Amino acid sequence: MTVGATTFKQLHLQGVRREFDAFTALKGLDLTIERGEFIALLGPSGCGKTTALNCIAGLLPVSGGRIMLDDRRVDVLRPEERGFGMVFQNYALFPHMTVRKNIGFGLRMRGVPKPELEKRVDAALAAVRLESQAEKLPGQLSGGQQQRVAIARAIVVEPPLVLMDEPLSNLDAKLRLEMRQEIRRIHQSLGSTTIYVTHDQEEALSLADRIVVLRDGAIRQVGTPAELYALPAHLDVADFMGFRNRVNGELVGMEGEDALLNIEGTVIRGRMRAASASKAAVAAIRPDDLEPTGTDSGIPVRVEAVEYRGRGFHGVGVTASGTELHFASPYPLQRGAAVRLGADAGRVLVFGDAR
Amino acid sequence: MSAVLEGRAEGPTLRQRLAARGIDGATLLVLPCVALILGLFIYPFLYGLMLSFEPKDGSLFGNYARFFGDPFLYGTIFKTLRLAFPVTLLNLLIAIPIAFRVRLMRRQRLLTTLLVLPITLGTVLVAEGMLFYFGPQGWFNRALMAAGLLSTPISVLNGYWGVFISLVLTGFPFTFLLTLSYVTGIDPSLENAAATLGAGPAARFREVFLPLLIPGLAITFCLSFVQAYSVLPSAVLVGDPAGATRVISIAAYQAAFEEYDYSMASAIAMIMGAVQLLVVVAVLGCRSLFYRGPAAGAKG
Repeated sequence: MTVGATTFKQLHLQGVRREFDAFTALKGLDLTIERGEFIALLGPSGCGKTTALNCIAGLLPVSGGRIMLDDRRVDVLRPEERGFGMVFQNYALFPHMTVRKNIGFGLRMRGVPKPELEKRVDAALAAVRLESQAEKLPGQLSGGQQQRVAIARAIVVEPPLVLMDEPLSNLDAKLRLEMRQEIRRIHQSLGSTTIYVTHDQEEALSLADRIVVLRDGAIRQVGTPAELYALPAHLDVADFMGFRNRVNGELVGMEGEDALLNIEGTVIRGRMRAASASKAAVAAIRPDDLEPTGTDSGIPVRVEAVEYRGRGFHGVGVTASGTELHFASPYPLQRGAAVRLGADAGRVLVFGDAR
Repeated sequence: MSAVLEGRAEGPTLRQRLAARGIDGATLLVLPCVALILGLFIYPFLYGLMLSFEPKDGSLFGNYARFFGDPFLYGTIFKTLRLAFPVTLLNLLIAIPIAFRVRLMRRQRLLTTLLVLPITLGTVLVAEGMLFYFGPQGWFNRALMAAGLLSTPISVLNGYWGVFISLVLTGFPFTFLLTLSYVTGIDPSLENAAATLGAGPAARFREVFLPLLIPGLAITFCLSFVQAYSVLPSAVLVGDPAGATRVISIAAYQAAFEEYDYSMASAIAMIMGAVQLLVVVAVLGCRSLFYRGPAAGAKG
């Protein structure tokens, strides 16, 4: 069997479309991935990220567009001919095979001779630290161990491209953190290219070299974690990056790069992110960046609730018009108290004409 | 010391201790079922077993001696096996590939409804239909003669193949529906995983599906086999009840209602049950050689 290329320089998605009957899950993805990159496909459920991954893996035929490895077309190949490694959300371990057999499956299908197969399986077992569990059946392992078997099974064949479909979503918080480091470590030690699907922005930020934010089957923004975190280009992306406060206001002017936005009678400064044809605009602010000013400037709110968060307090305030604002406070506040909230101009993003 | 005693006195109540062993109010719900099984299965079975040891000649094993001494009687075991075994195997072999195709279909319900119909119609109606269809003036012979493949009508009925076809027709839906439920019970992501690991369709079937299906297929085989082994109506209607398709239930029927020897009929029924049990035990015994856990990806 001629299983995929061992190496490549670039993976190109060119207008990749996928339709399910009347529903279009992918509306033409264009993306170039460099060899060795760790790419996260980030988006809410139903945004098409898993569909995109399945199209790359060959588990779903594309309805249009092309997938190219350098100048080789791969979207016409069957999954077994592509030679990509895939880690499934539910692990998809073969329940009737031992851990060792599971990991060796891909090598056996490729006709790797037995001594070499055993050697490589041993190495993979060591890489995921499961040497002592090799003869167990998957059903006898914990979720985290199964996850590691699934990863070992995908990487043991040394695929040019590793696809991961929300591999950590079934694990508890502590294990998720550990496995995150593990995945990053394995990616670096193998030098493989990884495409990682997730709906968890924290996971994407900590793992990826570049993040692709998907929404409604289309790419909203591509960038490094730092770019996306600091300067999301779109209100949806901002929403995903933790800009929990979204306040409607009216543009009243510009001062250099700063936009002046009138929010319920208070003018605040912010960075203009998307131009506006009309005067309507939305300010997006992270709760951590919004604090009581202690002066008589800032947006007046009445405190609705205060939670202790260890390093400080998390407050929920309501403006005169009833908009909820989440903010941080270094000191405790009484419920019902009146405070004014403000943020640095660099921490306020202004999106024009947002829908 | 006293603390231990107190601890015991204040320990879990009888109700709690029973509940810990899985016995609670809901357990009572099995009682009607137990009564039904006792009344309609265990009692008649034991009654028949006793009856079979009280033959007309008065000796304990008279019926069994007579059965195994008369080739006309013990031959029915093999005649029935000769029908039931290949029919069950064929049904299973046809059912597997079709189930693999149907599992991907969206209108499964329509198909299953169509397939349940022959089961509800029963063997007699199917046999009646076959009598016309395969008869000298039936479509089968007329079509073959019109096509020039035959010069005179052939007789499919009144012999081994008539009963064979009838058993395939009535047994297939049952076999198929069972097989389908086992096939669809396998997590489809296992096939995807095998594919991304480089396994082609044949390897995926051999390495993933088949090992996971074998326990289910063994059960399906047993149930279908037992059904085919107790064939009676079609063996009479479209078979050769005095010769090639003199199945074991015909022997029992004749003993009971032609010779009025209920004791002998009971003995034959017991032998029939024993043969079925033997096959079922053998098949299930082989099953235990294979993996029998859940066919999904364990937890997760």
